[in-house]
Amino acid sequence: MKILVCISHVPDTTTKVKFIDDFKKLDSTGIQWVINPWDELSLTRALELKDDAANGVTSVSVIHVGPAATEPTIRKALAIGADDAVRVNADPKDAYYVAAQLANAIKGDAYDLILCGIESSDYNGSTVGGMLAEFLGYPSVSSVSGVKLENGQVVVIREIDGGKEIISAETPLVAVVQKGIAREPRIAAMRGIMMARTKPLKVVEPVEVDALTELVAFEMPKPRAACKFVDPENPKQLIELLQNEAKII
Amino acid sequence: MSVLIFVENWDGKFKKLSFELVSYGAKLAEMYATEAIALTIGNVESSELVRLGKYGAGRIIQAVNPGITSFDSQNFTSVIAGFALQENAGVVVLSNNNTGKAIAPRLSVKLKAGLGAGVSKLPATISPFVIYKKVFSGNAYANFIIKTDIKVLTLAQNSFELIENDRNAVISQVQVDWNSAGVKTKVNEVQKQDGKILLTDADVVISGGRGMKSPDNWGPILEFAELLGAATACSRPVSDEGWRPHEEHTGQTGKIIAPNLYFAIGISGATQHLAGVSSSKYIVAINTDKDAPIFSAAQYGIIGDASKVLPKLVEAVREIKGK
Ligand SMILES: Cc1cc2nc3c(=O)[nH]c(=O)nc-3n(C[C@H](O)[C@H](O)[C@H](O)COP(=O)(O)OP(=O)(O)OC[C@H]3O[C@@H](n4cnc5c(N)ncnc54)[C@H](O)[C@@H]3O)c2cc1C
Repeated sequence: MKILVCISHVPDTTTKVKFIDDFKKLDSTGIQWVINPWDELSLTRALELKDDAANGVTSVSVIHVGPAATEPTIRKALAIGADDAVRVNADPKDAYYVAAQLANAIKGDAYDLILCGIESSDYNGSTVGGMLAEFLGYPSVSSVSGVKLENGQVVVIREIDGGKEIISAETPLVAVVQKGIAREPRIAAMRGIMMARTKPLKVVEPVEVDALTELVAFEMPKPRAACKFVDPENPKQLIELLQNEAKII
Repeated sequence: MSVLIFVENWDGKFKKLSFELVSYGAKLAEMYATEAIALTIGNVESSELVRLGKYGAGRIIQAVNPGITSFDSQNFTSVIAGFALQENAGVVVLSNNNTGKAIAPRLSVKLKAGLGAGVSKLPATISPFVIYKKVFSGNAYANFIIKTDIKVLTLAQNSFELIENDRNAVISQVQVDWNSAGVKTKVNEVQKQDGKILLTDADVVISGGRGMKSPDNWGPILEFAELLGAATACSRPVSDEGWRPHEEHTGQTGKIIAPNLYFAIGISGATQHLAGVSSSKYIVAINTDKDAPIFSAAQYGIIGDASKVLPKLVEAVREIKGK
């Protein structure tokens, strides 16, 4: 069983984003880049599955579409424990473009289980995993909150409205994962950081693909009106405001 | 050209989210001066199907096949793509919920149709087709152009109002191909929690954070929620500690919700928490710290100790509701 984890490289989740070039470009000054939180959790789960020898996981690889500047993020994934990595040497243009590059880079490699995060915290699209599955013609399960391996089959928990489904899936499979997949992200130990330097990182050149969408411009959220404070001794006033002013209860 | 709306059903029933989708699709169809077609897959009684027509769908298609026993993203994508082509759909609209997120990306590739994920408004213009969406987890927004002839959109839940517009929709039942052998994901078991108001569906949400101090202090939150017909939620550390179930965790890495009213009680308002709740129409914060960032996101606030304020709030609601 070979597992592949798709990694997105995103600004740290506390970043106050700013834009340049007439709001057409993210201002990357001072931004600390991290592995997308869900991808970090998928990687953690993949490594947990590999740790249990009974699962027969032979390798955990990571793949990322991004220019050379994103390599520290990939090295971090290797330091956490991935065995090898692939970087498609391209600037992501949109989700369709990224998924097409991923599909092209991995076709012919026999990954049995491909894990993608439910969304990337930059464009919040929830799109790449499902697109990749369709490009490859693989089945996919989305909203996955648990993965285990049983007799060569992948068993996943899918979150549905008001419950869960336990699904057994044939491989190869793309699982689009979310909360629950792993508890805490695994962090790199010193030994891992040393070893990461020499682990294989293959660079693949992109294929010609047209993006289907195009950014017009970013906007900052509209500031909210100032908060109206209610006397803590008289919370009834709050209920009255919600009823008569906001008219929502 | 038409606008095709994929409307999920839950054991043959629709809910508010379904009508939001149809209202949105019908408005979009008006922008094109064309027809909105609602499509559902699986068995639904005609009395239930008729309800979709009240929100502006001109036609309602029910796709059936005895082989359809559970959801499968590949087969659902094929069925929807088939109708999109047959009906010459210019736009296919789905919900940005679990099901929509499973289908829309596949559909986008299958139809080579640009995807606008998680939109909350109608496009500003249809030529070019400009969509507006949240980016960087709500820290910014962006306008994008979808360049392809066919577009796929997923609509954020609770973001579009219901618009009644009865068109006496024509209902048809269509037998579709269903590749049972091609179902590579088999549902072994379904575990349902019945009777609970779903966090993603709720109009009012009462949420507690670490400031609640202990899981033993949740009584007043549950009582308050019950009185208001609200769902309950929590911040991430609360679910990580096991004080509350994981389904209640809201925020960037938990559920992203947009209720009309969100109560944040003993929640500091970290960026990652706000990422999941900032689309709420109203936020009310109760916190001992007047400088807590949650107050910058809230319209109403009480600076005070939750253990003292909450019981008084419960009391006030009881009085007003005469309970
Ligand atoms: C990658 C990443 C993803 C994350 N995702 C999420 C997410 O999805 N959701 C999420 O919630 N967090 C998330 N976090 C964590 C987030 O950064 C905060 O740590 C978390 O939201 C804090 O939870 P809290 O507000 O309950 O607790 P705290 O920050 O500890 O705040 C408790 C608040 O309670 C107040 N308080 C104390 N006592 C009382 C009292 N008696 N009465 C009233 N108020 C009181 C305090 O003043 C304080 O403001 C994430 C973090 C990271 C790094």
